[in-house]
Amino acid sequence: MNPAPLVALVGNPNAGKSALFNALTGARQKVGNYPGVTVERHAGRMALPDGRPVELLDLPGTYSLEPSSPDERVTRDVVTGAQAGERLPDAIVVVVDASNLDNHLRFTLQLIALGLPVVVALNMYDLAERDGLKLDPAALARELGVPVVPTVAVRKRGIDELKEALADLATPGATALRPSDPVLHADIATLQRRARQIAMAATISETPVRRWTHMLDSVALHPVFGVLLLFVVLFVMFQAVFFAGAAPADAIAGGFDWLAGQVKQVMPDSILRSLITDGVIAGVGAVIKFLPQILIMFFFILVLEASGYMVRAAFLMDRIMAAVGLSGRAFIPLLSSFACAVPGIMSTRTIEDEKDRLTTILIAPLMTCSARLPVYTLVIGAMIPNVRVLPFVGLQGLVMLGLYVMGVVGAFIVALVLRRTVTKGASSGFMMEMPKYQLPSVRDLAIGLWSRAEIFLKRAGTTIAFTTIVLWAMLSFPQVPKDSAVSQVNYSVAGRIANTIEPAFRPIGFNRDIVLALIPAMAAREVSVAALGTVYAIDSSGDDDTKMAQTLRTRWSLATALAFLMWFVFAPQCISTIAVTRRETNGWKWPAFMVGYLFLLAYIMAGITYWLAVLAGL
Amino acid sequence: MATTPLSLEQLPQRQRATVAGIAWDRLTAPEGRRLRELGFDEGVGIEVLHRARIGGGPIACRIGRMTVALRRRVAGAIHVATDQLG
Repeated sequence: MNPAPLVALVGNPNAGKSALFNALTGARQKVGNYPGVTVERHAGRMALPDGRPVELLDLPGTYSLEPSSPDERVTRDVVTGAQAGERLPDAIVVVVDASNLDNHLRFTLQLIALGLPVVVALNMYDLAERDGLKLDPAALARELGVPVVPTVAVRKRGIDELKEALADLATPGATALRPSDPVLHADIATLQRRARQIAMAATISETPVRRWTHMLDSVALHPVFGVLLLFVVLFVMFQAVFFAGAAPADAIAGGFDWLAGQVKQVMPDSILRSLITDGVIAGVGAVIKFLPQILIMFFFILVLEASGYMVRAAFLMDRIMAAVGLSGRAFIPLLSSFACAVPGIMSTRTIEDEKDRLTTILIAPLMTCSARLPVYTLVIGAMIPNVRVLPFVGLQGLVMLGLYVMGVVGAFIVALVLRRTVTKGASSGFMMEMPKYQLPSVRDLAIGLWSRAEIFLKRAGTTIAFTTIVLWAMLSFPQVPKDSAVSQVNYSVAGRIANTIEPAFRPIGFNRDIVLALIPAMAAREVSVAALGTVYAIDSSGDDDTKMAQTLRTRWSLATALAFLMWFVFAPQCISTIAVTRRETNGWKWPAFMVGYLFLLAYIMAGITYWLAVLAGL
Repeated sequence: MATTPLSLEQLPQRQRATVAGIAWDRLTAPEGRRLRELGFDEGVGIEVLHRARIGGGPIACRIGRMTVALRRRVAGAIHVATDQLG
């Protein structure tokens, strides 16, 4: 049986291509990856009016067939049949922004010149009319020599007509239009001029306004109000992630605890039971627990992207980011990393330039994520005196703020250094189209969220669950002999590793108990609190925080506590971050580099802190 | 046209102008290509819409029917002729 015909959606960024893809395929889509690059492959199925199935491919948006990013290269390679693992499409749907014909038609001409059957979707037709633009699709079809269908993807208008046009093209035996007009193969400037002529011919009348967008931009890009608005948006976003995300995350963690409890009641105590409860259930729970925060974060990011506001935020922050060699685009991913580096790193995909993107990924773990809060709270609460240094300013809060600031300053310095060394290269700068404001469609948001969740659970999830189980094994084997005075933790592989590497950490003020707690903290930072509890033989599952604090006060010096906090600012301690970095950079090279430099930084900073504190007599 | 002393960077906000020429040699190859792709070309209508904070932030300009954000250095390489003075 012949495979279903393959139709590729191609178009400029901001042409509403993904919305059209969603409208055509609905939920029947699959997100994969092209081999060897971090470019997502969006494929879906749809049926033509006569019932024939068609496989639809949503290609990354690009301005021309001369690629300047891996995404754009995939688009070019697919439409020219050069992409490994992808057959040459049987037809192309060129998605064009109806109110931006001058520009989008140039790329359309390039695509027509390829010789594949082409249908033009004249998308966002309603916005063009709203902007006072009257177009003649028939005239456009005449000028281009291919069918033109007006569509409004977000409102599902013109979809049936588009399918009909495709059905006519995708009939077996239909010959491809092979326009031999030499102008199609001319250089970009000539094509651009030709595109402008065609746009002129297809335009009945225009009033050059973008009223809504102009009005909104005069606030959103205002030097004062724009920045204020940005901070309000960010404030709402963070409140939502921290507070709305916390309850479901706790509920999920509670649910998995309950499940583990049930298993413990049913099964006799054995190593198998421990594997199921402490290994598998805890491991899977550790992954799913992240999901509410990731979904909330991505909800905001998707809304900001789809509405057109994200580019405005990047515009406002570009100057600051440029100072450390990054672009405004890095701002939102870095900000997201304050909640959790995992969605932060996943959202770096909006950064076009590979080196900008890599630098952003590498410094994202330095933003203090929410998982570090329980550790900070415990240690600060236990070790830092609760005194006021100024009216309304407590010392504990000041230390907490200091830790956050350390992370940001550290990240900026690291970015500066990286941009001059490992990720050196001409910055692509900041040059981007600012799309019209648009109300995002609920369907597109839902599909976007679903695909993010799927990627996280499948790709990062498997790595996280696997390593959690490995850590469980390290803490459970070899098993301590019965009636031995030594605890299981101390007897285990992890305990032995801690004994071995402890001397290396002695210079920075860490005792063996801390070193041991750092090992399970690799799975998730907040686990180190529970791990310290285990080491000190305190049941930390109850409300034993005060007992824990008392123990810390007797066992740790203040210098050690400060060094421990500093370690947590810089150290790479979360497997999820490493796993997602591996996935986003397609290999172990960059996660290995990240882990290496973060460990080095953590060691040096904790050491400096410890010795300064000791010198200060703390 | 070649005598126009104004670059896009100096163009007053909301003053309509036309692209008079682009100093391609002052731009990197990817910058030049991206500019062309975004429709920057001699004879196209242009207008500065917004300037980010004082201190050399990017500028947003209308080119054709598009709004494009670019950094000042790139804007400095784009020469413009104002449509009419005043």
